[in-house]
Amino acid sequence: MVPHAPASLLVRNGALSVRPADEVARFSLRLAPADAGQAAAAFGGPLPGRIGAMSQSNGRTALQLGPDEWHILAPPTDADALSAAFAALPVVHSLVDISHREVGLLVEGTAATLALRSAIAFDLEAMAVGSGCRTLFDKAQILLIREAPDRFRIEVWRSFADHVWSLLRAASREIDLDL
Amino acid sequence: MLLIRCPYCEAERPEVEFVYAGEAHIARPTNPSALSDEAWKDHLFTRSNPRGRHFERWRHLHGCGRFFNAVRDTVSDRFALTYKAGLPRPTDAEIDAAQTPATNAPATNNAPAAQIQEARS
Repeated sequence: MVPHAPASLLVRNGALSVRPADEVARFSLRLAPADAGQAAAAFGGPLPGRIGAMSQSNGRTALQLGPDEWHILAPPTDADALSAAFAALPVVHSLVDISHREVGLLVEGTAATLALRSAIAFDLEAMAVGSGCRTLFDKAQILLIREAPDRFRIEVWRSFADHVWSLLRAASREIDLDL
Repeated sequence: MLLIRCPYCEAERPEVEFVYAGEAHIARPTNPSALSDEAWKDHLFTRSNPRGRHFERWRHLHGCGRFFNAVRDTVSDRFALTYKAGLPRPTDAEIDAAQTPATNAPATNNAPAAQIQEARS
């Protein structure tokens, strides 16, 4: 998944664990904001209405990234059903399967914000649980989702994944040695 | 690092997510071929380059991807306010009102360095 990566990075005292996330299907949805209500039927629940907000239904997660842009995560077995549901949608939209463009990384533990802070420039403590955004990790563009107070999910392009992983490995080594 | 408020995300985001995109409120001539060379040159290349308050375009490239407009002081680098693309140029009164609330300091063209929004990364 992540080139040259061990199965996971673990810090001895359990304060931090970084590991590749399970395989998921990913979609990029572009749609006029006024039509978001109609798209809710295809998604299976209301789409979030604010940039950064997330909504979930039937194991599917939608994150709004821009005024007309949503990122959808779904179980791999659900990908065909999701595509079919949107294909039947009568409003103009674009749904692109980007499952294999990105990999997911889970950063978990009490030191998760500390590890991420090494390469992310905004205040992670103030980020709301259940929200997400596109941002930069060092120089690599990522999606950052805060799933729980101590658990973050990073979605990053495969070609940048090695870079992100290396930086997290360096940060976790420092946390491990309590530097 | 500067924090810039994206009017679409409605949040303060770090400067590295943004790119600068030149001066704002420059209307492209509807019929360029009717223009003299001099006027066309001015449209293409001549910009105001003020010392102080500057209306400019920015793009939230590593975020929502949108272009928006900002009012920035070119001396202090302080952002007075940002607003969505397509909205009219804000008046001086609106800019002063946007600048005062938090610090209650007099809004001058040359804000002291302490007023510059800064975030440690």
